[in-house]
Amino acid sequence: MLNPADLKYLESHEWMRVDGDVVTMGITAFAAEELTDITYVDLPAVGAKVEAGKEVCEIESVKATSELMSGVSGEIVAVNEKLADAPELVNDDAFGYGWMVKIRANDLSPLEKAMDAGAYEKHISAAG
Amino acid sequence: MEIETRLPQDEDHPLLFEQGTHGASAASMPVSDVPAIDRASVVDPELLSGNPPEMPEIGELDLVRHYTRLAHRLFSVDANFYPLGSCTMKYNPRVNEKAAAMPGFASLHPYQRESDCQGTLELLYRLRNYLEEISGLAEVTLQPSAGAQGEMTGLMIINAYHRSRGETRTQVLTPDSAHGTNPASCTICGQQSTTVRSKPDGRVDLDDLRSKVGTNTAALMITNPNTVGVFDEQISEIAEIVHGCGAQLYLDGANMNAMLGIARPGDFGVDVMHFNTHKTFSTPHGCGGPGAGPVGVAEHLRDFLPVPQVTRRDDGTYAWCHDREKSIGKVRSFYGQSGVLVRAYTYIRSLGADGLLNVSQKAVLAANYLAARLRHRYHLPFPPPYAHEFILIPKFDTGNVSELDIAKRLIDHGFHPPTMSWPIQHCLMIEPTETESLPTLDAFADALLAIADEIETDPEKIKSSPHTTPITRMDEVGANRRPNVRWQPNVS
Repeated sequence: MLNPADLKYLESHEWMRVDGDVVTMGITAFAAEELTDITYVDLPAVGAKVEAGKEVCEIESVKATSELMSGVSGEIVAVNEKLADAPELVNDDAFGYGWMVKIRANDLSPLEKAMDAGAYEKHISAAG
Repeated sequence: MEIETRLPQDEDHPLLFEQGTHGASAASMPVSDVPAIDRASVVDPELLSGNPPEMPEIGELDLVRHYTRLAHRLFSVDANFYPLGSCTMKYNPRVNEKAAAMPGFASLHPYQRESDCQGTLELLYRLRNYLEEISGLAEVTLQPSAGAQGEMTGLMIINAYHRSRGETRTQVLTPDSAHGTNPASCTICGQQSTTVRSKPDGRVDLDDLRSKVGTNTAALMITNPNTVGVFDEQISEIAEIVHGCGAQLYLDGANMNAMLGIARPGDFGVDVMHFNTHKTFSTPHGCGGPGAGPVGVAEHLRDFLPVPQVTRRDDGTYAWCHDREKSIGKVRSFYGQSGVLVRAYTYIRSLGADGLLNVSQKAVLAANYLAARLRHRYHLPFPPPYAHEFILIPKFDTGNVSELDIAKRLIDHGFHPPTMSWPIQHCLMIEPTETESLPTLDAFADALLAIADEIETDPEKIKSSPHTTPITRMDEVGANRRPNVRWQPNVS
């Protein structure tokens, strides 16, 4: 499983792509595989406020219900509408078409504590 | 072993709505002698549907056959082994039912005068005393009507205690090996739950506990033996750490089946606990039906117990006592589910103290026996010895077979699948209970060993199992992503 080098990662298995002050988030391929087939992503409304370390939305799979935790504080500026009809995109392409939300961050400093791909790989091999 | 045979009665058959013929009926109603009136004169015509609802039209014999066929498909502990970890699916002795059906218990009205129900009150009083003796706690209430309601009651008692000392504590600690209902109960009580980590051996990480417990901690809710089947013998030390901060130790008694007569929670520092009568004391399991979750408390918490409490007067008669100034009040209408409590009482009386000790010894022996028989083929992530249940993980080089596939294949062998994928990833949680015979335990171990062989020789057969059930492998993904939840009549 390849974790893209240009992304940041959280311990709770989210990835983040930073573009200016907009952070795109999803769950990692490892998380998607552990959850097995994703059946529903309860996407938040555009304009909703999120807080670093707090839940953004729930993710349901055949096996479990999990959460997408935010890596930054800010406001939702876009959600991946395609997931409403095709939640399998998260399983098929977790780091690409399976993205979940874009957040305009008030403050990018929490990202300094996020992991890079190498640290995340160590994290999942310790967990597995 | 030939286990692939499907019988004609296993084939799927139509719903009640799809059977029968037009005009058929299972009852002949007499002609109504009440004058008919126009519906529109009593109900707003806009609310009236133009057409009568589609109802099944079927004769009595076909109706009986329909339900008898469905009844044959029931899977229950009366028919098969049911090693569902954490649920304690022990056999419920028939004598419990006999006692509960006695008219003196079964025909009571909740508003009956105390003088008319002395027998039931005496039984409840004695049951209370037995649970106090078993738990080593000062006093028990029988009022909560389920384990989860017992948890809520326990937390309310703990919060009332802190308030009586002028403190408001909002944090509740739960180890990651606790029952899932524990954090939910904290939320119901308006508190925040904080997870305490376990060590690789399944015991609580005391350093993590010390770093999280504080003056805002209301309680630690611990399940011991825990959900990975390990008895945490650090429990007295844990109690000391928790009490050192003024917090209370709550024991989720779901796994009492492992320690009846062996260890008493009151002796190892527990302040509050609940019992699950359906697990430990062989009352029927759920399906949303009546339950009971008695709660026991240590001496310093007695004042806060719910009212009314069943008591014995000096003259030997029994009564409801409402006199408890600091009580948290009522947590349920009347006095809980007395029918269930009659069954629990019957179970305790039929076994006696020696019998209850034997229950736990055999439950522990059965779990450790199965673990020993399976350990060469399956990975046991936590080291033995175990209490009443254990966890195994299928780790095989071939076939990409998951715990779900193994659970499904066990159905073909006539066994109910164990609890899956919880509390750790990819696991099966097996709890045989004390009521299974050695041949049954061996047959179950043989089935899991045969499946381990099959994973190497014919993994596809496992991945497409079960093969012997009326409905074979479900499309769970399709059912979740595109659920079809409404039955529509065939338009003809």
